[in-house]
Amino acid sequence: MEVSRRRFLSIGPMGVLGGSALGFDLTESIAIKQRLRIEGATLSRSLCPYCAVGCALIAYTKKAPNGRTELLQIEGDPDSPVNEGTLCPKGATSLQLAVSGRRVPHPLYRAPGAAEWTQVSWEFTLDRLARNIKDSRDATFVTQDAEGNVVNRCEGIAFAGGAAFSSEEGYLATKLMRGLGLVHLEQQARV
Amino acid sequence: MVSLAATFGRGAMTNHWRDIRHADLILVNGANPAEAHPVGFRWLMRAKLDRGARIIHADPRFTRTSAVADTYVRIRTGTDVAYFGGLINHVLSNRLYHDDYVRWATNAGFVVKEGYAFQDGMFNGFDREQGVYNTKLWAYETDGDGHARIDLDHPRSVLNLLAAHYRRYDPDTVSRITGIPREQFVKVAQQVGEMGRPDKVMTIVYAVGLTHHTTGVQLIRSGAILQLLLGNMGRPGGGMNAERGHANIQGNTDHAISWDILPGYLRIPAPGQKGIAAYLDESASVRQHPRAVNFFGENYRRYLVSLLKTWYGDAATKDNEFAFDYLPKPAANASWISIFDQALRGRMQGVMLSGMTATSIGPDSNQVMQALANLKWLCVMDPFNTTSSEFWRAPGTDPAKVQTEVFMLPATHWIEKDGSFTNSGRWAQWKEQVLPPEGEARHDHWILAELFLRVRELYQTQGGRFPDPVLKLAMPYRNPRKPELDEIAQEINGRDLRTGKRLATFVDLKDDGTTTAGDWIYTGHYPEEGNLTKRRDGVQNPARNDPSGMGLYPGWAWSWPANRRILYNRASADENGRPWDPERPGIAWVGGKWVGDVPDYPPTTGPGPDAPLPFIMTGEGVARLFSNAVADGPFPEHYEPIESPVANPLHPQQSATPVAFLYDERAGRASRFGTPADYPYVATSYRLTEHEHYVTQNVEHLVQLQPEAFVEVPAGLAREKGIETGDLVRVSSRRGKLEVRAVVTKRLGALQVDGRQVYQIGIPIHWGFVGINTGQHWLANALTPFVGDASARTPEYKAFLVDIEKI
Ligand code: SF4
Repeated sequence: MEVSRRRFLSIGPMGVLGGSALGFDLTESIAIKQRLRIEGATLSRSLCPYCAVGCALIAYTKKAPNGRTELLQIEGDPDSPVNEGTLCPKGATSLQLAVSGRRVPHPLYRAPGAAEWTQVSWEFTLDRLARNIKDSRDATFVTQDAEGNVVNRCEGIAFAGGAAFSSEEGYLATKLMRGLGLVHLEQQARV
Repeated sequence: MVSLAATFGRGAMTNHWRDIRHADLILVNGANPAEAHPVGFRWLMRAKLDRGARIIHADPRFTRTSAVADTYVRIRTGTDVAYFGGLINHVLSNRLYHDDYVRWATNAGFVVKEGYAFQDGMFNGFDREQGVYNTKLWAYETDGDGHARIDLDHPRSVLNLLAAHYRRYDPDTVSRITGIPREQFVKVAQQVGEMGRPDKVMTIVYAVGLTHHTTGVQLIRSGAILQLLLGNMGRPGGGMNAERGHANIQGNTDHAISWDILPGYLRIPAPGQKGIAAYLDESASVRQHPRAVNFFGENYRRYLVSLLKTWYGDAATKDNEFAFDYLPKPAANASWISIFDQALRGRMQGVMLSGMTATSIGPDSNQVMQALANLKWLCVMDPFNTTSSEFWRAPGTDPAKVQTEVFMLPATHWIEKDGSFTNSGRWAQWKEQVLPPEGEARHDHWILAELFLRVRELYQTQGGRFPDPVLKLAMPYRNPRKPELDEIAQEINGRDLRTGKRLATFVDLKDDGTTTAGDWIYTGHYPEEGNLTKRRDGVQNPARNDPSGMGLYPGWAWSWPANRRILYNRASADENGRPWDPERPGIAWVGGKWVGDVPDYPPTTGPGPDAPLPFIMTGEGVARLFSNAVADGPFPEHYEPIESPVANPLHPQQSATPVAFLYDERAGRASRFGTPADYPYVATSYRLTEHEHYVTQNVEHLVQLQPEAFVEVPAGLAREKGIETGDLVRVSSRRGKLEVRAVVTKRLGALQVDGRQVYQIGIPIHWGFVGINTGQHWLANALTPFVGDASARTPEYKAFLVDIEKI
């Protein structure tokens, strides 16, 4: 490993420390510090959001006095036959993906030709999008093709999604999009 | 995955991550698991450390995988058909193949119909006007019952045709094409050749380095053929192991977010199929051997009807063919590039993107941005802004000129919702909701359900084009606007409508409308006793949780289908049900039943010479060395990338495959391909450990670890061009350019290809004009060509031509 190229610094509460070709192990000292931090915390089971090795995560949360749930720590699940507690740099820092000040806080709308976003309500976007979907569906729906075959397809709308979908969400997306008659359907597998 | 389905009957990583440790030899091609799948890679290392397995890594770049491999083979990008073809030739011409396995478990002895030909780089049946092969001509000779004629010694037996096809791939030819020195190739071939012994097993591990080519399907199929000859499919430590790059690509493929399939790999109906019978006629395989189980083909109707019943509920009746007409029938390919091609042609009005950014991931980003600008509306659902939500004000773009209406909907993160992810090894694992949604963020599936219901309401009040499927689609959730993922998991599993009980196995699915199943391959993951993907019998108690001792951990989560951990495992034991290698059993017939993994075979059917054949998903009952389910040839052939510095040494007149889909040309747009005269260097794109695609541009730690875009330049070329590490360089293709820093490296070296020196330049993909480091304006995919492979239309990201200059 070229430690010098990447400099695994101990940053923030997580501390990305040590490493081997087989994954990351937290050192004992940092484990003690973290044990204090997570004392009394709620333990939940999750999975790494990144690659499809499917490393199992344990997440620790605590309810703050203001009612917010604070995510304290994420670590590899030692019970998992997939990762046996280890994580790579991405999985080990997944807390920073989970909790980020960079999130888009509310729906945004950009009118044709506009130079900026406008902050809008969910109501506005959902209404307007539903209208767009219906209009585009009506405008591009083909019930019979030139050969007279019943084809019942909407040609002018495409849906692509899924890299971080749970399977059940993906299934629902497929069902709803096929329900609308979409033929252009894609996800991350090909690209 | 087209290639694996064409070969074995279905497409998925055949073994699972932990199983790789059982291998004796690991061929890694078009993948860099040490960096892209670091924790999965531990199982390759365990094979090496625990049992002395050898790793042979063939890759254009010397990577971290190479660093711990026993042999690093520098190969020209995209020439793996020649590499595997050479290995196939070595195995066949030295009779090193696993003879019993090949005779019993493959179509080696099937006789191919007269008329099959391969000449000057072309197979028979090419339709010049359409630019496609008539794949139906690649068929077997049949007897009166429609069964294939079998005669291994026939001059047109699959084995004889295979041998003839690959005889051309002798070590010199392989070396000329791939750039691998002859002696090194011969050494690799010798090691691979040993793996045909029953007590040896090899695995092939690959990733997008094989799929992302205009010949991607064939690159993979050539590896699969080699694995069949060596008798390594279905066995622990064997298989074709496709590493999926994103957490749930496998689950989302299984559930068919893909233009060409319905959940469970049922084909999308085609125009002209007037009813289910006509659909089945063209979709379900037919039995081609009296001893074939043809499981998929025989049960296709049950799976389709159960799906239609799930989707359209009461509206799906026997009288209306279970609402078969409601399913859309696409006119033509509707996959990734096709979407943007349609937009460029002005035929696409709206695009919805969820967790994917078209601008960054698709080939030819500049052209994709033009396509987005042609849309009426674009909806991006994502927790963060993306290069797609921001495309209208990308550097150099005048927003006033972009008339697309854009919506940015804040979506929740994976950790703010529950549901399962299916990993690359097909293990469906449930995750819990750890955090509540942040701020105004909403779950993607709630957004989609809400939008659908609003559209439905518009149709109810205003009418419109063919509203029936929109009005009748079943939304049987406690709150249809906010379906719970648990409810959906139950819907996917399916139930018996007469008893209301959830089914425990897909064997109980019916074709008369009395059962449902949203995805038959997941039937059994959520039976009456509960959600099996939540199971957690893990490594804390191996004696109890891994009774076979083979690392299957059947009580950890759930693996499709039927909790089977290794696909095609019937082939891990011989005709009589004895494991080929008793040290590494997959399943075994003991005392009147199969023990070990969940058998990929009728569970109570015994072995023997009259027993059903092992590959139950194909009509042949065996795996296909020769297959007509691939659009560019029944046997893989080496073709050059569309942009290549050399002509194909095998057939210079037919250098690239004749059936790659050239979108611009077909649409009458100007060509966007460069020539070696202007763009003399081969480029290949890739990923880094610290990033995953583009989302990690929002993660501080990861951006700190890999802050800035760069390209890797081989030392020799750098010397010629006076480039030093840290210099700013311009890398350009016919389609676009990047201005980034250069890292001069020995990891990429010059190759001798067909007597010429060829340089390759390496381009990591993760940056763009959105993210923490917005100084990185450039999209790596500005360089890549808008072309798709013939079968899957997968873009070519891994081999294209560029020029480089210091600026
Ligand atoms: S921790 Fe690393 S190896 Fe494991 S799933 Fe996440 S990204 Fe993949």
